[in-house]
Amino acid sequence: MQKEVGEQPVRSERVGDVAVVHASDYLNKLSGERVERECRQRLEEGCRALVVDFHQTGMVNSIGVSILLGVIDAAERAGAPLVFFGVKEQAAHIFELLGLTRHVRLARDESEALDLISNSSSVGFFNNKSK
Amino acid sequence: MPSAETAKLLHAFSALADLGEEIASTRDFEQMVRTTLHVVLGALGLRRGAVAECDAAGGSLNFVAAWGMGEDAPEELPFDSRLLDEANRDATDPSHFYESHLKTTFRAELDRWQVSLVAPLVVREELVGVILLGGKATGEALSLDESDIVRTMARHIGIGIHNHRLLREIEARAEDNRKLYEDQRAIYHNTVRAFAAAIDCKDKYTQGHSQRVGKYSEVIAREMGWADEAVETIAIGGYLHDVGKLVVERDIINAPYRIDAKQSSELNRHPAAGYEILAPIHLTDAIIPIIAKYHHERIDGRGYPEGLTGDEIPLSAKIVSVADSFDAMTTNRTYKRRLEFPEVVADFRKNTGKQFAPEAVVALFRAILRELEGETRERTFSRLLGRDYLRRDECQPLVIELLAELEAGESAAVGST
Repeated sequence: MQKEVGEQPVRSERVGDVAVVHASDYLNKLSGERVERECRQRLEEGCRALVVDFHQTGMVNSIGVSILLGVIDAAERAGAPLVFFGVKEQAAHIFELLGLTRHVRLARDESEALDLISNSSSVGFFNNKSK
Repeated sequence: MPSAETAKLLHAFSALADLGEEIASTRDFEQMVRTTLHVVLGALGLRRGAVAECDAAGGSLNFVAAWGMGEDAPEELPFDSRLLDEANRDATDPSHFYESHLKTTFRAELDRWQVSLVAPLVVREELVGVILLGGKATGEALSLDESDIVRTMARHIGIGIHNHRLLREIEARAEDNRKLYEDQRAIYHNTVRAFAAAIDCKDKYTQGHSQRVGKYSEVIAREMGWADEAVETIAIGGYLHDVGKLVVERDIINAPYRIDAKQSSELNRHPAAGYEILAPIHLTDAIIPIIAKYHHERIDGRGYPEGLTGDEIPLSAKIVSVADSFDAMTTNRTYKRRLEFPEVVADFRKNTGKQFAPEAVVALFRAILRELEGETRERTFSRLLGRDYLRRDECQPLVIELLAELEAGESAAVGST
């Protein structure tokens, strides 16, 4: 779990070489940048794939979309596959329209997200799942 | 689920609403700009962008926020302020003028940063900044409609930056005015002190009297819980209380003997004369001339110039009266040595409620007691009276006893005991 002084922490954990980052209920304020920083930090720590959990996220507005584009940017620069799971239907539709889904795969839940990661040809070596 | 075009439009409208909220927010400038950049990028699914503010002097475009630019995040672009004149000549569309100019001038930089849209931020034909955008997540080029959405947002952001700039200018002017006020205040206080020194120069045996009365008055008022501004005013009243002595003959002031009735009458003109001198001057507070006028009034009505009693005498004048008498008792005069502290206490015990206002006497001795007991850092009394004058073991019990009597409301009676 990563904590930052004076800010609400962003919950995350490692599953093998995969970082699972949990987005909070709102991804529509600058506090959402902490999700992006957490992802970036996990990549710098050596994680080779990212999974972002949206099952608590009710709404993603323009600020949230921009922040997620930052997450995509960070993952692509690191060559790390990226999967979002638990995305609400309306948000998924916006992701589709704005092109986010060209860079990220969507899964129903964490298990499916991790399967997508491990089945990814580019990361076929991610078979060491342990929480 | 709405159609794709409707959903995109709704998303853009929602972003416009967010933009208005962010621009109107009172958060700091950089945060406001960073958030508005997020709104623009997220509205259209753009992967990189930056916002620059035009330097007030017109010499550069300074980048305030950047997102998705990686290591290439720009910091500054040189900007020729002569462009403003050119744009004003081409007043039909300054925004278009700036866009063309910036694209041409900075072609290499824009290509390196993969910028596909340059949106100048123009307010009243003046360039206040620019937004650089690029990299739609869909991989497509921005449509004309999307470019129009960006330009609409740019107008809002330009106004936001312009307003923040105005706010900064107002704050800077307020700070300049504050410094000017402080300078003038210092000059005013120095002038008053110089004036007090000039008054005291007339009486070779009471040099520093006005300054000390000012200081004692300040200490008493502060002990009574007065606000800083009121304390400052009464200190000035103390400095200037004897200004009327300037019109009294020097021989009377400096007489090395007890003066006669006629001379005393001449000397007693000084409070009214002080009022006449100070009243026409626009001092910081109208009470200052009144302090000069009434600082020789007594609670029992036997003072001068008007023989006022009790509450007819302004509290400020009562305080300065106590301070004035305390200094007179504790300094050597031409015709008498200064009193020892027990004698001072006895005098105040005798005259409180007759000559002196009890509340001012209580405050004076409370302040002395606090200094004796080491509760205050500022050693005003030790500094003005000399280190050996107030001996704690001797003075503390006397002060405690006097305060107990005064605070028990016995002030009216103590004089007769």
